[in-house]
Amino acid sequence: MSFSYVRDHMVEPRPAPVNTAGPIAWARRNLFATPSDSLMTILAIVLLIWAIPPIYGFVAPNFLGGDAVPPGGIVEECRLETAGACWAYISARMSFFIYGFYPAEEYWRPNLVFALGALLIVPLLIPRVPFKRTNAILFFVVYPVICFYLLNGGVLGMRPVPTEQWGGLLVTLIISLVGIICSIPIGILLALGRQSKLPIIKTLCVMFIELWRAVPLITVLFMASVMLPLFMPQGTTVDKLLRALVGVTLFSSAYLAEVVRGGLQALPRGQYEAASSLGLSYWKSMWFIILPQALKHVIPGIVNSFIALFKDTSLVSIVGIFDLLNTVQAASSDIEWSSPTQAITGYLFAGMVFWVFCFAMSRYSIWMERRLDTGHKG
Amino acid sequence: MAVQDNLAAPPRTAFYNDPVIRGIIYQIVVAGLVVAFLAWIIFNTAQNLAAQNKSTGFGFLFETSGFGISFTLIPFDRSSYYWQAFVVGLLNTLLVAVIGIVFATMLGFVLGVARLSSNWLIARFATVYVEVIRNIPLLLQLFFWYFAVLKAMPAVRQSFELPLSIFVNQRGIIVPRPLPDAEIFWVVVAAAAALVGAIALVVWATRVRTRTGHYPVSVAQGSRFAGAIVAFLVGYLAISMLGSVVPAVSAVSFLPLIGALVLAGLSLTKYGFYGRVFIGTAIGWAVADFLLSGMFGWLPRGVIVLGAALIALGVAWTMLTSDRRPAATEGKFPLALPILIVVAIPALVYWLTGASLAFEIPVLERFNFAGGLQLVPEMVALVVGLTIYTAAFIAENVRSGIQAVSKGQTEAASSLGLREGDRLRLVVVPQAMRVIIPPLTSQYLNLTKNSSLGAAIGYPELVNVFMGTTLNQTGKAIEVIAITMLVYLTLSLTTSAFMNWYNARVALVER
Repeated sequence: MSFSYVRDHMVEPRPAPVNTAGPIAWARRNLFATPSDSLMTILAIVLLIWAIPPIYGFVAPNFLGGDAVPPGGIVEECRLETAGACWAYISARMSFFIYGFYPAEEYWRPNLVFALGALLIVPLLIPRVPFKRTNAILFFVVYPVICFYLLNGGVLGMRPVPTEQWGGLLVTLIISLVGIICSIPIGILLALGRQSKLPIIKTLCVMFIELWRAVPLITVLFMASVMLPLFMPQGTTVDKLLRALVGVTLFSSAYLAEVVRGGLQALPRGQYEAASSLGLSYWKSMWFIILPQALKHVIPGIVNSFIALFKDTSLVSIVGIFDLLNTVQAASSDIEWSSPTQAITGYLFAGMVFWVFCFAMSRYSIWMERRLDTGHKG
Repeated sequence: MAVQDNLAAPPRTAFYNDPVIRGIIYQIVVAGLVVAFLAWIIFNTAQNLAAQNKSTGFGFLFETSGFGISFTLIPFDRSSYYWQAFVVGLLNTLLVAVIGIVFATMLGFVLGVARLSSNWLIARFATVYVEVIRNIPLLLQLFFWYFAVLKAMPAVRQSFELPLSIFVNQRGIIVPRPLPDAEIFWVVVAAAAALVGAIALVVWATRVRTRTGHYPVSVAQGSRFAGAIVAFLVGYLAISMLGSVVPAVSAVSFLPLIGALVLAGLSLTKYGFYGRVFIGTAIGWAVADFLLSGMFGWLPRGVIVLGAALIALGVAWTMLTSDRRPAATEGKFPLALPILIVVAIPALVYWLTGASLAFEIPVLERFNFAGGLQLVPEMVALVVGLTIYTAAFIAENVRSGIQAVSKGQTEAASSLGLREGDRLRLVVVPQAMRVIIPPLTSQYLNLTKNSSLGAAIGYPELVNVFMGTTLNQTGKAIEVIAITMLVYLTLSLTTSAFMNWYNARVALVER
């Protein structure tokens, strides 16, 4: 009697898997998985070999093997035929890029503004730090007022500095901060109005939002700089920076309204009904129930529109305000530092500054999104 | 207060606590405030205008402009009217927008797919591109392209010469100017008719296949024939190109002709696949040689030939090892026939009518190029900047659209036995498009709006010509700004109307 299903010899052990760890296996999996993958990899490597050395040579200073003139160098080095980026020019004009025409002996005022801002915004961005409400009020309400008096002067014996002399990174930061601080409340009101059941209010809000969203920012800025003086009573002069701020605020509040509307629409109806059933008035239910939840949802969206706003501030250079881009542009025709790579170095520097700010904000927004994602989304 | 009221049997509410009446009161108050605000603005404006002795009205549109525009699509000079300046600006805006949209879509889709590539290097490359480009202001990028790149191009005398008599210098890009004669019109008509016919043929043949399971016999036979002709033409091209790399090939003058005939014959047999491999390898070799010698001109010639040959071998290996299982249900449509129709019919008409399409080749004269078509650097910079910037955003839309298609869809398609290409073409992409199209449309709109930044580098588009020069000359701020904003508003509302229509059309019908 025999059982055909009884195993009488062991199965040969299978060969050990070919190298599944280590760099070679990694390369095989990620770079050379299929013939077409290998082809693409080879082409990409050829492209990198072609592109990287010249770029590195252009931006790296000479002590790192490149052709660029390091900060502190002299202009004659930059004028050499073989010279790369002229970082010496950037370091020499750095204060112009940061403060514009702000008087040099008053630099402590913008510096204090920067320091205060950093001191207030860092704890605001870290969720674990307590006193969020006080912190927010300080940053969004008190800080702008202090900044204005610090920079503008005329009080406490500080010498007045007209806004025409403000410039550089300082103005870029001012415009984007004021833009976001003013447009958050306006945007929230517009979003609520758009969701409202009252037809006239809803129509007005929709018209306002759609008008500003439809036109390019540059036309809004032109409008603000040309038409705002016309709209004001005779004899009023509107400060040039203020005109740009009004334009930027109108524009970004329309975009922010749409972001907030997304948050309002994402809330389940039950929240609205629960608020009503508690007998809360419209404003109370919005303030205590709806907005805290809706705004929490759209923090990444708000940060994203802040990034867009930050990039868009560069457009104020078209209406003649000396923001970072405009100072770089103006300095690039500076004869004292004229060299073949002067303009391109300036753009590289401005690009890096904008990139660092925007990239940091977008990372923050992604991190916040992950943090707020409670995992039970629709 | 509310608690006490509840105790009273019929809740008596004052009329101003009735939500309906309260809503009406709120609205009247808000509307009144808005009207009062507008009236205040209008009153101030009227007073300001009166004080400055300015008139209002659109009569200025019919006055002569007295300025010239550097780049126009319609005739325009100093004696033209302001409304013509408006049209010039609008057309220039639309021109840049259309060109930018075409290029940005192509680049964006490639990058979006590349970001999801399983090839680490390619995915990383696309990620770096997107993260760098979208975090730098567009205006800065435009300045970079215009002032740092195009303005730094060599002077006219030292122009870069690209193939096909294209020259690049400080004054932009100079390309040969096409000089069509009257008969070309019929060639264009024939091309349009052929395109419509080819599409109709594809639609009809696909319908027949859906119904019967087979393409119509005439189409199948025609495709084989067309495939042979296409193989002949492409084979001729490939062998001629190979001649530029391997001198021995170009030594025998009739080799391309014979080779192409062999390839055409081969395509009718079951070994047609190897013919395609040969063509692909030959073209890959020639292109790789051209690129490598352009990129690494300082290397010895032998190294470049060897490198190009290696890349060509890679192409051959890729094609030979590619998935040769039959594609889904008899494969996709045999494209050779419609392609042949679209190419051959206009060519035939071209030959029959004796039409001629000459090109005016730009010639370097003493100070500048004579002849040719000059693309001004402002336009080149604007198109390049807009394309590169918008492509980064489109790439993100494409990536999230593809990721939105659930993995189960891909797995279901695999379990039906569809191979990679068919999975993408028939299952993933149609579903991803539903997610991609709405943000894509708004990117197109953004690109159109962003083209207004051309004003900053001197490209004569709407904002530059109309809100800039015209406003400065006439001083009609309100009218000019209103017209400009109206144009953008119209563009935007049209786009969102399209988007709503599309969304309603493709919305998932769920049970």
